[in-house]
Amino acid sequence: MALPGIGALARMPLGAVFDLSGRPRYVHWHFFQMSVTNLLVIVLMVVVFCAAILLPFPHRRAER
Amino acid sequence: MSIGEAPRDRSWTARLRTRAEHALPPEKLLPDRQPAYVASWIYVFGALTIAALVCLVASGMVLGLKGPAWWHVTGIGRFFNGVHLWSVEIFFFTMVVHLWGKFWMGAWRGGRSLTWVAGAVTFLISIAAAFTGYLSQQNFDAQWISTQAKDGLNSVGIGAFFNVTNFGQMYTFHVILLPVAVVLLTAWHVLLVRRNGVVPPYVRALADERAVGEERA
Repeated sequence: MALPGIGALARMPLGAVFDLSGRPRYVHWHFFQMSVTNLLVIVLMVVVFCAAILLPFPHRRAER
Repeated sequence: MSIGEAPRDRSWTARLRTRAEHALPPEKLLPDRQPAYVASWIYVFGALTIAALVCLVASGMVLGLKGPAWWHVTGIGRFFNGVHLWSVEIFFFTMVVHLWGKFWMGAWRGGRSLTWVAGAVTFLISIAAAFTGYLSQQNFDAQWISTQAKDGLNSVGIGAFFNVTNFGQMYTFHVILLPVAVVLLTAWHVLLVRRNGVVPPYVRALADERAVGEERA
């Protein structure tokens, strides 16, 4: 099976992660419309926020 | 005391110093220990935002000194342009995570409302600073954004004194007025955090209230 080229990868929804200068892609659902790039950034912020709460902090040193 | 010298306790410098020392003694201004509940990743995003702000200001100074032709045409200019762009991306990313964290831990509790308001106002002014930055790029993107924005701003009646098609005005807002406001508000925000301390978790605050109640009983 032949591997997909860079062009094919860029046409995939995940391609926005790698090719931010390409043709913009949008998620459109009823009233909601947002570029895939912006949506990915928001999803990443939520992931980082959850990780910051859940992951243990190294060198825990209690004062009181 | 020599003739013409104001009494030390009545001079404005002495009063200001006394007030500053009372509000922010050195051990509060530069603490070397924090409460145990601060040992969490959610508490690092404020510091990360400040680190991004430092990179933003430093790269912005270089861009401003060298000018638009340099940041558009030369390789090193494009590099600094990229540093400035990614600094603002990281600045807003970490600031929003910081804001979410502080919102869900109710960071305005315990007399910290001014700290919360200072942070919220800094966030809003940062949006204006970023907006004027996009207008100061000196490319087709900036032209497109300005012509799209002017109708919206005119419709709310501020287009006369905030003219997005006036490059000089937008550039002044972006490199002087708004960054100075953001840096001063950030400094005030940090000093308020130092003065009032980091907000304790809800569980810890409830336990403290119960302990005070039991002592009184």
